[in-house]
Amino acid sequence: MQHVSPVRIPLVTSGKTYHDVTEDVCRQVEAKPNVRWMAALAVALFFLGVFLYSVYRTLWYGIGEWGLNKTVDWAWDITNFVWWVGIGHAGTLISAVLLLFRQKWRTSINRAAEAMTIFAVICAAMFPVLHMGRPWLAFWVLPLQNTFGSLWVNFNSPLLWDVFAISTYFSVSLVFWYTGLVPDFATIRDRAKGPIARRAYALLSFGWKGGAKHWSRYETVSLILAGVSTPLVLSVHTIVSMDFATSVVPGWHTTIFPPYFVAGAIFSGFAMVLTLMLITRVVFKLEDYITLEHIALMNKIMMITGSIVGVAYITEFFIAWYSQVEFEQYAFINRATGPYWWAYWSMMTCNVISPQLVWIRRVRYSIPMTFVLSIIVNIGMWFERFVIIVTSLHRDYLPSSWAMFSPSIIDIGIYVGTLGLFFTLFLLFAKFFPVINMAEVKSILKYGVDNGPTYGGPNTGAQQSTYRPTGAPASAPVNYNKHD
Amino acid sequence: MTKRYALGIFEDEDVLLHAIENVRAAGVKIYDVFSPYPVHGIDDALGIERSRLPIAAFFYGLCGLSFALWMQIYMLGFDWPMIIGGKPHIGLPAFIPVSFELTVLFCCHGMVITFYTISGLYPRMKVPVMDVRSTDDKFVMAIELKEDADLGNLTQLLRANGASEVNEKEMTKE
Repeated sequence: MQHVSPVRIPLVTSGKTYHDVTEDVCRQVEAKPNVRWMAALAVALFFLGVFLYSVYRTLWYGIGEWGLNKTVDWAWDITNFVWWVGIGHAGTLISAVLLLFRQKWRTSINRAAEAMTIFAVICAAMFPVLHMGRPWLAFWVLPLQNTFGSLWVNFNSPLLWDVFAISTYFSVSLVFWYTGLVPDFATIRDRAKGPIARRAYALLSFGWKGGAKHWSRYETVSLILAGVSTPLVLSVHTIVSMDFATSVVPGWHTTIFPPYFVAGAIFSGFAMVLTLMLITRVVFKLEDYITLEHIALMNKIMMITGSIVGVAYITEFFIAWYSQVEFEQYAFINRATGPYWWAYWSMMTCNVISPQLVWIRRVRYSIPMTFVLSIIVNIGMWFERFVIIVTSLHRDYLPSSWAMFSPSIIDIGIYVGTLGLFFTLFLLFAKFFPVINMAEVKSILKYGVDNGPTYGGPNTGAQQSTYRPTGAPASAPVNYNKHD
Repeated sequence: MTKRYALGIFEDEDVLLHAIENVRAAGVKIYDVFSPYPVHGIDDALGIERSRLPIAAFFYGLCGLSFALWMQIYMLGFDWPMIIGGKPHIGLPAFIPVSFELTVLFCCHGMVITFYTISGLYPRMKVPVMDVRSTDDKFVMAIELKEDADLGNLTQLLRANGASEVNEKEMTKE
């Protein structure tokens, strides 16, 4: 039995019924694409074109098309890779970690956030693959026999750990997301009017009927996947941070990197979820499902993780001083006062100062403020990766090889292009897939509306409860049970 | 082979759970209950045993762990030993990340594939459903009707327990 405190407020507003949930979520799946969606898709496809052109230039002429030089041999590619992977992490955090913590508000945002995870990881994967220069040999990163052209891979290398981490993360997120989608595809299938839609969604729904045993197994699978995805998501960004932390480059060689990167990932991921959700809820008229409470809660998570990131920035400086290593100290002084000071202070302003505004209640509940804040945080987190990577590399041990990095037009094209790829995928998802997990939202529909349980399990003697918390709408159904 | 079912349609999960208990107490065997979302407590009410999928998941994970350790130790330690950074050929701490990832990979995919297989879920064009509203907003209790079944009595029992409708449905067994 789960007790729901009477002070809890409903997660879904306007007293929606089960059927309303189905109608509201299926509306845009069943409707003809509207002009705004087409316009947005056209813009996204244009940037996808930019991406394809930049990739063509990179593959045809080689990595020389990028702005890299002998000193700064890792710049925008790895910056963008880490940025995209980080963004992806919020989806898993919402669907897995918040499931384990029984944060039921996550149900209306987890579907879109998981979709964001998958698309962000696809965008992230583009960068290491393209940086290989010969992506058709990308299979060399797998442990294949020597006759394929290489020796066994080096299992001591963090870059190889990345291969395993990212591919596991991607495929596990994909099946987690898809398993959640199956019951909703069944709902769309059973409502579909046209024969093509009915067949297509029948195929996608895997023949789901919603029998009691299937639901029981479904819940078990969700729980185990959540339990396993939680350490997985932490491991992925830990391993990404080890790409830097296991090196001997001053500014990278720090043990604080794994937790600091994970917090940063969640921080930027929640910013991206907020950006997407604020648009989605208005465009698809889902304000009753993604309420101001949801926005305030996500803002709080953003503020907490932002503060952790801020503490990490200060700790890095302290440790550089405390270590008494001259090179380490120089790396950090150079970050804040060197030629890349503007990147460093952009990062500090966007990531440390701006999320502190969330302490103010008016900001937390304000949609325009939240939107601006989420964009600022995403910019700040991009600068964080740029600062860590470029400022640590551009002045190495030998002053004669000190250099500056400036991105080429192709660098910019690939980065902007992945945004096009991401939004193309997200728009297609938003049109053809249910953006809200209908089944899970239905299961929490009456949460906070009436908390009196009547069904106490078999043979325990059901007790009628007429308890109704103050503020619950009079039309709210009584006798709702919460048997966990 | 065609089978007949009586379908009790319920509007509320709470009414449904009480009804399941009373119908079972009356000695009627429930074929299945279809609901738009996972109703908590329904497995206890229907007497469904806890799924053993977590046990399967554990063993899949164990397979992944063993495979990962075997692969890394065999490849770097025996098949083609290389000196990398002067470290031992079999440096177990460095093998932790890949071992962990493969444990998760095998565990998740093994469990999900098992789930789809034992539940008979696979892509198909035609899906015979008892009542299309069961994926929208209705809870459907299906009771298999034998040759000599008395639909009248059953209807009364279901209605007395809060069913808003009672229908009869013929299904062709797949």
